[in-house]
Amino acid sequence: MGDSLSGLPLAQASGAEGEEDSLTIAGRTLRSRLLLGTGGFPSLELMADAIAASGSELVTVALRRVGVGADAGHRSSLIDVLAEAGVQLLPNTAGCFTARDAVLTAKLAREAFATDWIKLEVIGDEDTLLPDAPELLRAAEELVDEGFVVLPYTTDDPVLARRLVDVGCAAVMPLGSPIGSGMGIRNPYNIALIRRAVDVPVVLDAGVGTASDAALAMELGCDAVMAASAISRAQDPVAMAAAMRAAVRAGRLARGAGRIPRRTYATASTPEQGLAEFT
Amino acid sequence: MILLNGQHTEIGPGETVATALGRLGLEVHARGVAVAVDGEVVPRAAWETFALAQDARVEVLTAMQGG
Repeated sequence: MGDSLSGLPLAQASGAEGEEDSLTIAGRTLRSRLLLGTGGFPSLELMADAIAASGSELVTVALRRVGVGADAGHRSSLIDVLAEAGVQLLPNTAGCFTARDAVLTAKLAREAFATDWIKLEVIGDEDTLLPDAPELLRAAEELVDEGFVVLPYTTDDPVLARRLVDVGCAAVMPLGSPIGSGMGIRNPYNIALIRRAVDVPVVLDAGVGTASDAALAMELGCDAVMAASAISRAQDPVAMAAAMRAAVRAGRLARGAGRIPRRTYATASTPEQGLAEFT
Repeated sequence: MILLNGQHTEIGPGETVATALGRLGLEVHARGVAVAVDGEVVPRAAWETFALAQDARVEVLTAMQGG
């Protein structure tokens, strides 16, 4: 990988050494650059412990019918547990395949959770769960017009990311690889290009499998990382939450530090000057 | 008859969104709940007055764990 993926902008990351390296989205300041998905945790207790270990302040929730699957009591306690954790809710539109459904779901989420923040997902394919770009853009535009703070889950396409920002999205959330795949960042060049293409926070979303993926996202210039399955479905979710937290911080620091360029041949780290001649 | 979260449900005259919530075991002031009738949001403030017509499609949603 060439210069396009390394270092810079130093000024942007220069605060990384202190604890004040906060992230601002739509005027709201977050101390943590790790967003957490609540899906997949085997219990609410584990979820709460993982949230605490992650340090995350922004966590996603979905909207589903009352009285389907798990009992209603369990679900109302989800809200209680998240309130107790002191986190901000980021409702999503997971499962929506059309702009119409996503917009309606966002409006319902605003009603249910009293937040106008929405993680916008409009899915185009059941097997890959990849976003449907035209529907996504249409939904984003409509929701921005309705006063929502829109954080769209998008492909790793820099042009689409720019279009989403043009219609007023508060951040973009490009995928590293398909949701839940744990395949990491399959096109790091595009993620770096997205960082350069837009002037809103870039949150790497989907595909994170382990801590090194999160660190790479930050090294590429992402402003934050969203992790869900990578934490909730890890053998030890609480330990993985701590690992992700450290990785996001490490990647952020490395980004600010400015990595060395990649070379084909070695560059001696020990000076040759004063080298003994034995024969 | 209405469709309440996908279930055919007999309703009496004058039933509102609030009484439909009751059928699902929810209180009128339940937190973290939102209601759509025939694809339109019914604001919380209107739950007790919004009368359900025959064949209404009522969706009552709440938080679930999700990425």
